[in-house]
Amino acid sequence: MAKPAAIVGQIILYGAFAAFIGYFATSPTYQQIPDDVALIKLSMSHLGGRECRKRTPEELAALPPNMRAPMLCPRGRSDIKLVLELDGKPMFETMMHPTGLSGDGISTVYKRFEVKAGTYQLSAKMNDNLINPGFNHVKEAKVTLKPAQVLVIDFNPDKGGLFFQ
Amino acid sequence: MSLHASLRGKAQTLFGRIEIAFDAFFGGTDNPLRHLGALGLYFLWILVATGLYLYTVLDTSVEGVYTSIGYLSQEQWYLGGILRSLHRYASDAFVLAMMLHLVREWAYGHYHGFRLFSWVTGVPLIWMAYISGIGGYWIVWDSLAQFSAVSTTELLDWLPFFNEPTARNFLAPYTVSDRLFTVLVFIHIGVPLMLILGLWAHVNRISRVDYLPSRRLMLGTLISFLVLALISPAMSDAPANLALMPTDLRLDWFILFIHPLTDITSPAAVWSLIFGATILLFALPFLPHPKAQPIALVDAANCNGCSRCHADCPYEAITMAIHPDKPGHKIAIVDPDLCASCGICAGSCPSSTPFRSQEKLVTGIDMPQQPVDVMRQQLEAQLAKLEGKTKLVVFGCDKGADVHGLAGTDTAAISLLCTGMLPPSFIEYALRSGVDGIVITGCRDGGCDFRLGMKWMEERLAHQREPYLRRSVPQDRLQVIHASRGEATQLAMAIDEFRTRIETQAVASNKPPAYSRRKV
Repeated sequence: MAKPAAIVGQIILYGAFAAFIGYFATSPTYQQIPDDVALIKLSMSHLGGRECRKRTPEELAALPPNMRAPMLCPRGRSDIKLVLELDGKPMFETMMHPTGLSGDGISTVYKRFEVKAGTYQLSAKMNDNLINPGFNHVKEAKVTLKPAQVLVIDFNPDKGGLFFQ
Repeated sequence: MSLHASLRGKAQTLFGRIEIAFDAFFGGTDNPLRHLGALGLYFLWILVATGLYLYTVLDTSVEGVYTSIGYLSQEQWYLGGILRSLHRYASDAFVLAMMLHLVREWAYGHYHGFRLFSWVTGVPLIWMAYISGIGGYWIVWDSLAQFSAVSTTELLDWLPFFNEPTARNFLAPYTVSDRLFTVLVFIHIGVPLMLILGLWAHVNRISRVDYLPSRRLMLGTLISFLVLALISPAMSDAPANLALMPTDLRLDWFILFIHPLTDITSPAAVWSLIFGATILLFALPFLPHPKAQPIALVDAANCNGCSRCHADCPYEAITMAIHPDKPGHKIAIVDPDLCASCGICAGSCPSSTPFRSQEKLVTGIDMPQQPVDVMRQQLEAQLAKLEGKTKLVVFGCDKGADVHGLAGTDTAAISLLCTGMLPPSFIEYALRSGVDGIVITGCRDGGCDFRLGMKWMEERLAHQREPYLRRSVPQDRLQVIHASRGEATQLAMAIDEFRTRIETQAVASNKPPAYSRRKV
């Protein structure tokens, strides 16, 4: 091919290359959730309870003096039951199992729920030691979710247990 | 033909056509499609160079990452902003070059036999490139970074590896700490370093690696990036805010396409795709493929240890050792795992000359499937039959344009394993046996199936590489034609032009003296 034609061809092809890179580097735009939707994220990382009991005086006496801990706790942790309700209707229910080969690790959950923006009655109930009936942690609140807002449901004993943020 | 072979054949034809079309504008040396590996490496060097600057100005606190990178684009657009844009666009181009390189090598069947090591070592590099690319977007800590960080960790959490969901690190503003970005920067520098180390392994079994493409190609792509950086500079989106879902994301589809893919499918589907593709790529060399050709064989009695085959081998398959029979001499040793069966070594051997008088021509290193002796027999047999005003011999390449159809009453055609297999002395031998002109044809520039066959051949003809074509051989009776597979018609036309030139220019006066081999 004649040189000027080749140069023009190169300019066109380099331009096409730049345009291809430039376009797909930012376009088309992506929308992960619709405009009128908010997100509720449930995420917890919590140690389940243990079924501890007091050692009897006989048991304590049988132990070496340096090992006479008054409480006897098994290594394994309890499953954790969690229930979410939105406007009084069940939204999510799970049984979180402890991690670790001996079942002595934390129990975790991570879920995301897309809901229409609006005001809701949100309720989270948790039982972290299943030897006890019912729920020992409960959080209920009226929440107003704006479009694209992320509401987090988490658990932190230092913040009073279950909390919405 | 299997579905895979059929698919690969079609892909090869498509690549071949596009490459030939690009040759019209770029020529072989500057054709980006013929140098995708080197081009990718060049883009990586741009990334390293621009990344070093970005690293020096980066503040790794939660607020600092956004403002320090944003400052470059806003206040220092003329330097930092342009470097940042180069960094982004070079990363996209790197991914593009890498994936095209992968598909092209597959299409051309460059994934088994002696290429197995390069193929297998190339697969983890794709992972490293994406890990580095995705992590790089997080460092800006804008809404796109937030989206990618959350999506990636949610995808990772599907795997049963983590005790605690990694997505908790990006749950809410209070969960992100300054140290996160120190770790991210460490990963974003560490993984590319591993990538460079992996690239070293990737090309380890190739000699004379093209570490960089041609200067014109480097300049052309760099100017493209610079123009792009000025027209559409890389800018941060709104600062990350984990209390809000980012909307209208200006997604980099080259690197971050995996997130929308996860959204429209599922983490299970995406991981199946990723691991499935990885396993398939690793398994590809072990699937049925054409049988390996016999490798080069060294004849100790005829090897004088000159090392030319060692210097010319494109795959470092030949090493030199102490000759067992000739004190003070070396001998070539062929590594069967590395030998490509191209025959370039036979073409480089000074013993591969048809002028030798022995009835059976035995050279120092030869190909069992097409020994030099058979080449001489073929040539002599075809020369004996040639008739007509202008007699030509065409030496072709099995991987290039088919030359068998060119044989006729006035034209002899010999196809070689690779054009680089032709000892230059065969050219002189044919001319001195009464031929009027020699055509040497092989793959287009940058398209040699064995990388260096045509390059070595042309250097031998130009007296730049041993074994030289003797200066007494008239160059105007010689025509080199680059013609890839499927270009037989163009080759035939070019040969006709050459024949006409010989006939019209009346170059009979410079015909080398006739020679008739003394047979022992």
